[in-house]
This record gives sequence, C-alpha cells and structure tokens, in this order.
Amino acid sequence: MSNIDTKTVAKIARLSRIKVADDKLEPLAGELNNILGWVEQLEEVNTDNVEPMSSVVDVKLRWRADQVTDGNKQESVLKNAPNSEYGFFAVPKVIE
Amino acid sequence: MTDLTKLKIAEARDLLAKGDITARELTEAHISAVDGFDDLNAFIVKTPETALEQADAADARIQAGEAKGMTGIPVGIKDLFATKGVHTQACSHILDGFKPEYESTVTQNLWDDGAVMLGKLNMDEFAMGSSNENSYYGPVKNPWRRGTTDTVPGGSSGGSVASVAGFAAMGATASDTGGSIRQPASFTGTFGFKPTYGRCSRYGMVAFASSLDQAGTVTRSVRDGAIMLESIAGFDAKDSTSADLAVPNFEAALTGDIRGMKIGIPKEYHLEGMPAEIEALWEKGKNLLKDAGAEIIDISLPHTKYALPTYYIVAPAEASSNLARYDGVRYGLRETGNNGSLDDMYYNTRAAGFGDEVKRRILIGTYVLSAGYYDAYYLKAQKVRQLISNDFKAAFEKVDVILTPTAPSAAFAPGEKSDDPLAMYLNDVFTVPASLAGLPGANVPAGVDKNGLPLGLQILGKAWDEETVFKVSGVLEDAVGSLAEPELWWRSAK
Repeated sequence: MSNIDTKTVAKIARLSRIKVADDKLEPLAGELNNILGWVEQLEEVNTDNVEPMSSVVDVKLRWRADQVTDGNKQESVLKNAPNSEYGFFAVPKVIE
Repeated sequence: MTDLTKLKIAEARDLLAKGDITARELTEAHISAVDGFDDLNAFIVKTPETALEQADAADARIQAGEAKGMTGIPVGIKDLFATKGVHTQACSHILDGFKPEYESTVTQNLWDDGAVMLGKLNMDEFAMGSSNENSYYGPVKNPWRRGTTDTVPGGSSGGSVASVAGFAAMGATASDTGGSIRQPASFTGTFGFKPTYGRCSRYGMVAFASSLDQAGTVTRSVRDGAIMLESIAGFDAKDSTSADLAVPNFEAALTGDIRGMKIGIPKEYHLEGMPAEIEALWEKGKNLLKDAGAEIIDISLPHTKYALPTYYIVAPAEASSNLARYDGVRYGLRETGNNGSLDDMYYNTRAAGFGDEVKRRILIGTYVLSAGYYDAYYLKAQKVRQLISNDFKAAFEKVDVILTPTAPSAAFAPGEKSDDPLAMYLNDVFTVPASLAGLPGANVPAGVDKNGLPLGLQILGKAWDEETVFKVSGVLEDAVGSLAEPELWWRSAK
C-alpha cells in the first residue's frame, strides 16, 4: 500500500516543520518505505467489530472543578525562553 | 574498609539504621565512583554538592528516627525526569540549556523520602532507541564487555542500567515505553521494573508516547526494586492518567513462597532463529520456578507477532504530536537562520535539534496520522492493540504471571545494528506487547551467554498486580543464585 516517493517525504517533512535537504529525500523515502512496508502486515489481522483501544487500563478520566489552581509565574514561564521581551516570548517578525 | 558502592539498597538501609555507616560516607563513596565512571559516559551531569547536602539531611533524619526506605540512598536520575534547576533534556539537542522551574513527581517523591541525587543519566534521545547510541551526548558503554570489545548497554535507559551495574549508583530511575527499562536491564544483569501504566505519575517526565510511557526502576536486586518503586509510585492529581490507588508495601510481597502459583509460557515467544542459549535460559527459568512449587502452564498470546508493527505506528504517532511543542519559541534551541521568518525558525530549529532516529519517527508519525492514512494505519493499529490486550486478559484468567525471555540476544557491539532501524526495533520484540497492554513487567538476571554477557528473563503480571511480579522475581533471583559481577575495568584504567 505504501509507496512513499520523494514528493511525499517533502510533504510530511513540511507538515512536521523539519527542514530536509533535497539529497536526503531519496534515502529517507527508502527508510520510510521499509518501515511502513513492515508495519503493513497488520492488514492480515481481522479487526472487524473490534473497538480501537482508547485507554490502556480500566481507569476513567477524573473530573475536577474548573478552578484556577496555579499561576502568576510569568518570570518562571519565561525563564527558559531563547528570547523574551516585555514579559512575552519574542519571535521573528511575522507582520511586515 | 569495605567498598560501600557494592552494597545493595536494602543492606545500606539496615546499616544506616544501625548507625554502622552514615549517609555522608555512603554518598562520598558514590561521588568518587561516579568520577571514576567517566569512561562509560553514563552521567551527563554530576550533582555532588546537592548530593552531599541531601546526605547530611538524611543523616539528621535517620538520627531523628524518621527514615524511609530510600533515606540516604544515592541514586541517578534519567535525563527525562524534570529536576528543578538541573539540566533536563532527554538527551536531545533541541532542549539545549533547559533547566526546568519545576520537579517531576517521581523525583520529588524520592527527595521527600530522603534519597540522594548523584546526577543526570544518559539515554537515547527522547527515549527512542535500544542501544543508547542515539544520545546527543554520545553513546554509553556497558560495564560488561565481550572480552575486551565494548558492548552497548541497551536502551533507552542506557545510563540508568550502566550506572547501577557498574556500582556508580545504588539505583536509578528509568522509563519504559516499549521496553526501555527491561531490555537494557537484561543487557547489564540488573533488575529492571516497569509498573502498570498509571502507577507512577508522568508529571514532569519528558513525553515520548503518552499512552505507553511509564516510570520505573533499575536496581541490583529484586528487594531494592521493591523499596525504590514504593518510593516513586503513587497517585498524583497533576497527571490525569495517574491511578488513584494505594501503593502496596511491595517489599512485603517478597515472601519467597510461590507454591501452587501458575506460570504461563506463551508459545508465540519461541522465535525462529533465536539463539539456543536464550531458549535454554527460558527452560532453566521454567524448571527453577517449577522446583519452587509453581505450576507451569502453556498458554497462547495469538497476536504477539503484530505487537511490534502496532507499536511502530502508535508510538511514532504519539511522538509526532508530543514533539510538536519543540518549536524554538518557549525553551531550548532556537535556530533562526539568516534573518529568517518565523516559519524558517521552526524548520531550522527542528532540523538542527532532532537526531536522525527522532526525525524518522516524527515523519512516520506524521504520515500515519495524515489525511487519508489515519484509518489505514493509526486506527487499525489501535484495534490490533485492543486484540493484544485481550490476549493478555484471556491468559491471565488461567495464570498468575507469564515467563518469557527479556531480549532476543545478549548485548551487542556498538554499530552492529545502528544502520538498520528494523533490526534495532526487533530488540524489543518480547517487551513491547506488555507495554501496549499497560502491564507490569520485570527483568530478572538469570544467566550469561557463551561470552559471559548477562541474559535475563521477563516476568509479566496482571494490571495493578506488581506484588506478584515482585514475588515471583524474588523466587527466581534466589533460585538462580549469585551471578558474576562485571570486572571493574574502568576503575583500573586510571
């Protein structure tokens, strides 16, 4: 089923926001086809009437009151930022 | 004077309680062992000052009669647990310089019990790997060598197992997504324990695949594992999948009595081409448990062969989503390029920050989740995952635990498998099924191969029944008897 060409690799690299050099597209296509070709053996499993797993153990997600429990930590939040200005994360200019 | 680094946690705890040794002496001995361990590259950050402060506090606590099991015990912390103010990067370049402003619940639990932090441990980048060759900080060496040839420690918790096997730490935290505790424990002759999904909080653990990630322990004995797991486990409101269950006294489960217990042997774990030594080891384990009074029962887990392909859809899919947060904006590396745009910054940062295996998995994950492929890959995998889980549920109606080999081989040499992703993935063939089903499992060192390298057996249990896994592990450990220790070649190399 899978036949990943260099165009597809370029597309998923774009979706992943990872820059991939043109000469790396071909080898990556080969690797991904190998892996996906191998996982496609799942097609032989009959999964009619099987519900996809949504929770690995029988535990219900808890409810909690919609209350603020933490906050006022601007300095902490920005502490590891590569660049911050005026109490905000700073990024390259977006609007010309 | 006896070498304090050779003590087990349980032995040190008893000596500390009697006042025969102090936490400071124990910690100093380990700080010097860590310094002598540089050649193995297991520690990427050392925290001796913190360790000594914690040791002094532990001594005061012991004197006051308020000691817990882990009080004064020097441990190493896998680099994916957030430690406040201390390097936390899951050994990735993309988290360059990151020092969290918060502490993971697992490590906080250890410090609350008085444990001592020696430093942060090397690992495969974002826990993706089975040989610790994928770390931005370079590979880790296994204390066990094939003659004079280096071997890998397994992965992803390579630093954790190496530091414990090599007597640099008494125990180490680790994490298991598809086998990252059990497989490296097998490669290094250590006791690795992965509890039920939800037993330990994931708060403050760098996420890889959230439906699979679970914290656990690496120690040099089953009893030590029970003591350490009891410390790190427990309900945490900060993790929505943390289970609100009381933590049992795991050590109390080590009764040594497994008479009448039913041990399942899954026929699907006999792999074609598996080394005869592994088959023989499995047979030996079976016989030892039988001699201890257990009943051996043949079982079937029919979907076993589909576990690895299922895992390599589910885990990369979750990873591609989890790792989307690394964008160069809020923390870690930022590569803008020459007056680049915001988009360029994303592309450049992620290209420079992620290693090859991480990129490969993000790309696969993105592909299987993308429009038109979601049903064929991801949904299909989640259905097969349900079938795998059902297999275990059916088996556990007949047996109390399942016994299998932990890994299909002993430790291999660096570079032997790193060129072939699929060959590397096969390392986890015996550990991945239980991860997909969220079940507890342990590696118990059980013998050596023809080159003298450690081999291990895996014990799998029912969800929330860690106690039985510990109990059977303890009996197996006793029955195997004492195994050789690695030669301390790194200490004499100085």
